[in-house]
This record gives sequence, C-alpha cells and structure tokens, in this order.
Amino acid sequence: MSEHIVSPKIYLAIFTTLMAGTGMTVWAAFQNFGKFNIVIALAIATIKATLVVLYFMHARYSPKRTQLVIVCSVFWLAIMLSLTLADYNTRRHEGRLASATTCYRA
Amino acid sequence: MSTPPTPVRELPHKHYLNATYGAGLRSWLLTTDHKRIALLYLASVTVFFFIGGVLATMIRIHLLTPGGALVTPETYNKLFTMHGVAMIFFFLIPSIPAVFGNFLIPLMIGAKDLAFPKINLLSWYIYVIGGCFVLYSFGTGGLDTGWTFYTPLSSVYSNSAVTPAVLGIFINGFSSILTGLNFIVTIHTMRAPGMTWFRLPLFVWAHYATSLVMILGTPVVAITLLLAGLERMFHLGFFNPALGGDPILFQHLFWFYSHPAVYIMILPAMGVISEIIPTFARKPIFGYAFIAGSSIAIAVIGFLVWAHHMFVTGESTYAALTFSFLSYLVAIPSAVKVFNWTSTLYKGSISWDPPMIYALGFIGLFVIGGLTGLFLACLGLDIHIHDTYFVVAHFHYIMVGGAVMGYVGGLHFWWPKITGRLYPRALSRFAAVVLFIGFNLTFFPQFILGYLGMPRRYHTYPPEFQVLNVLSTAGASILALGYLLPMSYLTWSMRYGRVAGQNPWPATGLEWKTDSPPLTENFEVTPVVTWEPYDFKNRPDLGLATGTPLPAPALGDD
Repeated sequence: MSEHIVSPKIYLAIFTTLMAGTGMTVWAAFQNFGKFNIVIALAIATIKATLVVLYFMHARYSPKRTQLVIVCSVFWLAIMLSLTLADYNTRRHEGRLASATTCYRA
Repeated sequence: MSTPPTPVRELPHKHYLNATYGAGLRSWLLTTDHKRIALLYLASVTVFFFIGGVLATMIRIHLLTPGGALVTPETYNKLFTMHGVAMIFFFLIPSIPAVFGNFLIPLMIGAKDLAFPKINLLSWYIYVIGGCFVLYSFGTGGLDTGWTFYTPLSSVYSNSAVTPAVLGIFINGFSSILTGLNFIVTIHTMRAPGMTWFRLPLFVWAHYATSLVMILGTPVVAITLLLAGLERMFHLGFFNPALGGDPILFQHLFWFYSHPAVYIMILPAMGVISEIIPTFARKPIFGYAFIAGSSIAIAVIGFLVWAHHMFVTGESTYAALTFSFLSYLVAIPSAVKVFNWTSTLYKGSISWDPPMIYALGFIGLFVIGGLTGLFLACLGLDIHIHDTYFVVAHFHYIMVGGAVMGYVGGLHFWWPKITGRLYPRALSRFAAVVLFIGFNLTFFPQFILGYLGMPRRYHTYPPEFQVLNVLSTAGASILALGYLLPMSYLTWSMRYGRVAGQNPWPATGLEWKTDSPPLTENFEVTPVVTWEPYDFKNRPDLGLATGTPLPAPALGDD
C-alpha cells in the first residue's frame, strides 16, 4: 500500500478554508443569534475538523477499514453526547431543591 | 491407581529469561520482548497491589470499633481514596491485559511479538511515569476526594494533592490506549496460518473486546480528569457552577469511561476462566461462539449503562429508566458466559488443580456480584442502597471476587509457562480455599451492613453495626493471608520449583506447544493451526488418547 501524495494545491485550499472558518467563528462570536449561537459555532468547528481528518490526516485516501474505524469512533462520541443530553433535556430545572417539609409530606 | 513416575525434566537451554541483549538491568529496561515487558508490568502492578492492600488493611483496622480505632476522619478519607486510585487505575485495569495479555496474546495466536514492540515498552514507561505522579500525590498530603474525583470537591474544595493525582491518571490513560491499540492490531494482522477468528482462544476474544473499551473509553476519562485539574489550577469553568460549569457533566463524562472500565477489569478475567475451565474439565468449551460474542456484547452494551451511577443526582426520570433498562440488558451476555462455563463442567472429567479452584471460585463470586448489580440497576431499590456498603460489597465481588480471582487463577495457570517451573500443589490449593473463605468473610457482611443502612466512606458507624464490621475485618486478615501465601510460594518456585515442561496440565492452546519458558521468538517455526479450539479428542500430542497413560501429574512437589 503506497502512501497517497496530496498536491500542495489541495493543502493550500484546505488551509484557506480553515482560516476562513476561523474568521467566520470570530465574526459569529460577536453577533447574537440567540439560541443558535452555539449551534453556529459548533457547526463551523465540525466542518473544520472534518476537513482536517479527511485531508490533513488522509482519511479520504485511506483504506475502507480505516474509514470504518473513524466512523465508529464518531458514532461512539455521538452515543456519549446523545445519552448525556437525553438526561439534560428531560431533567427538571426548577433551580432549587424541594424543601424538607415537601420531602417529609411525600 | 498409582501415579506414573515423573520424568526428570530440564529447563530449555535458551529462553527469553536468559537471552542476553546486554548487561543485566539494561536488558530488561530496554527490552521490546512482549514477555519481558509483561514481567515488568507484573512487578509494577504488584507494587501498587501491595500499596492498595496496605491501605485496605488500615481501613479495616480502623473500622474495628464504631468510633474508629486508627486514624483521624480526614486521614480515613485519604485512606479509602488512595486505596481506590491505586487499586483501580494502577492494579485492576492493567493487571490481566498488561501482564497476561502482553505475555500470552502473541503466543496464543502463533506470533513472534506484538505488532508494535517499541510502543509496548513505551506503554510500560508511561504507566511508570503516571504511577510516579500518583505516588507523589500520595506522599505529599494524600488524596481525599474519593477515587471518583467528583467535582466541585476535587476541583475547588479539596485541600489534598489532587493535581498530581489527576495528571498521573491522565498520563496513565495513554498507557492503556497504547496497549489496547497494540492488541487490536496484533489480533487482526499477526495470526498464524490456520488461526482463524473462530479458532482464537476465548482469552484473545476477551482481550479484543477489552481493547475496544480501552481505546474508546480511556480518552474520555483522561480528558475529563485533566479538565478537573485545569479547573483546579487555573479556575477555568468546566464543572464548577460558580464559574458557569456543571458538576453533573463531570459525572456523565467520568462514568462514560469508568463504568466500561469495570469491563476492562472483568472481561480479561472472564477470558482467563474460559481457558481454565475446559482445560481442567477436559472438554471443549460449551458454546464457543456465544462466549466470544458475549465478550463483544458486554463491551458494547457496557458503554450504554453509565448513568446508573447517577440515579440519585436528580437525573431525569426518562434517562434513569433508559439506563436502568440498559443495565439489566448487560446481565444477559454475562449470564451467557456463566451458563456456558457450567455447561462445560457438566459431565466433564474435572480435576481440582489450583487454577480450577480459582476458576470455580470466580464463577460463584461473579454470580453473586452480578446479581447484586441487578439490585442496584433497579431504580427504586437503588435509592435505598445507593452509596451504602451494599455497593461496596457488590463491586468488590466483581472486582476482587471476579477480576482478582481471575488474575490469581491465571497466575497459577500460566506460571509454569512464564517461569518454566511448578509450585507446590497442596499449598496452592489450600491458598485458593483461604482466599475464597477470606474474601466472603470480608465482603458478605458488607451486603448486610449496606442493606441495614451503613453508608460507605464514613469513618464511624452506630454500635449495632460492630459485629458485622468485626467479621469483615477478620475476613480481611484471612484474605491477606490468601494473597501472601501465593506471593511466597510462587516466588519460592521461581528458583526451587520442579521443572514444568512444555504442557504440564495439559492444555490445548498454542502457547503450550512451545518451551516453558518460551524462546524470545516464541516458536522455532511459525506454527500452522489445523485443530479447533479446546479440542482434546483430536490432539494425540496432548497424551490424553484412550489407553495411553496420562502424563505425570502437573504438580507434585509435596
């Protein structure tokens, strides 16, 4: 299996995209999108990370099995995040604990 | 029937222990031989086991009287924390994979070494460096957060040496990841001709599953503890509510690894038991594919149960229900293993050699530990017994009754392969029974204590709990004897034990088809595997064919 050679042009294009992404993140940080602040920041970061994995880490040119390993680990991360968020999104958020009398009455 | 005379055997002329790569210590510290690295690990995990054991002894002595007999409350907090950290991160997690996995996986699959021998040595050095950080923490004020490092206690309020400890565990994580990576690549790429996936010993399957957990889980705990350390050092807000963080997030991230970590401890032990049972029942293992598959199932489902540690943290009811259900689910593959082991014993020709006594002890203790785990997975009951001695007893039945019994059993099973020598039979059988009795006397009373409401991690208790606590402490002394005995006679046997020969039991694995101790290269010629796993019938080389006299008993020093 020979190592895939990536042309400097592609590297440069990816580098420019990453820099643009960084610029967009900084710009977005100064805008108020309300609920979507974090969504936008994370979306840009995810696209950047994907580009790094695909091109700088050569995942795009790797054998299928390597790609499978990467997909599996992302899936694992998704399990961790989704099950954790499943707790956060459905837990009670009164912001205070029930008083002792309430507990005793129950 | 009289025993046939024992032939006089000699150690092979050349083996990995006497191969010279340089002078003395250097040949060990710079070795890339997986067998020598395994012995380096054996020595280091023994050090941590000893430290953890001394701390446990102090805990038990302290709890002899209701008011506490030995140390101040603050010191008591440090004792159980340091006991947990030493035992879990530096003994239980590396014990079977790093010692037996390292030693045996290449031998079992017919390879010369692991796929990355230098990375293997690097993983040991990383372990030692991580260990030094933790020992530094122990020596400079100790650690009082509990081994779980819950925030904000660990990241804000604790006055003990938390920072070096979390750094040590962070560093140690890389050792675990590298070991797991090495095993997976080795098992995928270095199997001997004929060693198909379904001819792999179940020990290898168990380590494959363990390695998956190591690789997928360890980075999470390493980073989580590092974040807790950063919060402590630089006041960055990750988990401290005052800084905008969330303490429950720490628990989610911590248990995402630390629950599967239980399977890092128990899966390899299950692998050991799956080797011992067919060998001493003289029968092919019952349901090979199911045992292999259940290892993978435990590794996968084990990742989906973590929040059952958090039922009382105000966790959402829906999440709690989901995690409770998933926790019940993990009992299925565990039960598959137990049923298959017991079915293997059925109508087997059972011999009571020391490894078998440990294996049978394992099955009993693991069943108790596993079933009490179901009590804890039950949402309603968990509210009552959460953070009580019931939990302490439950996880000790899994980790000590399971993982350590497996470890000591494995040590007895492969000791002749590792050192080329046998140990005294009667004494070792006696030690196995002592260990079993001592263990049960120590931890069974703790189930009752917990059910009656004695909380864990308290330095004091009401006087009515004293009888059970005294029983537990008495058991701990017997348990200590159960560990000291094997340490003594195994050390003795390294020099004075009878020479074992290639296959003293005899067992069917490929590791028994080479010298004891093996060559540095493991095999003179790469073996070709033509037989099915655990097949005693079609293996005339084992000397078990009908009509032929059995080979001399494996152990007979006494």
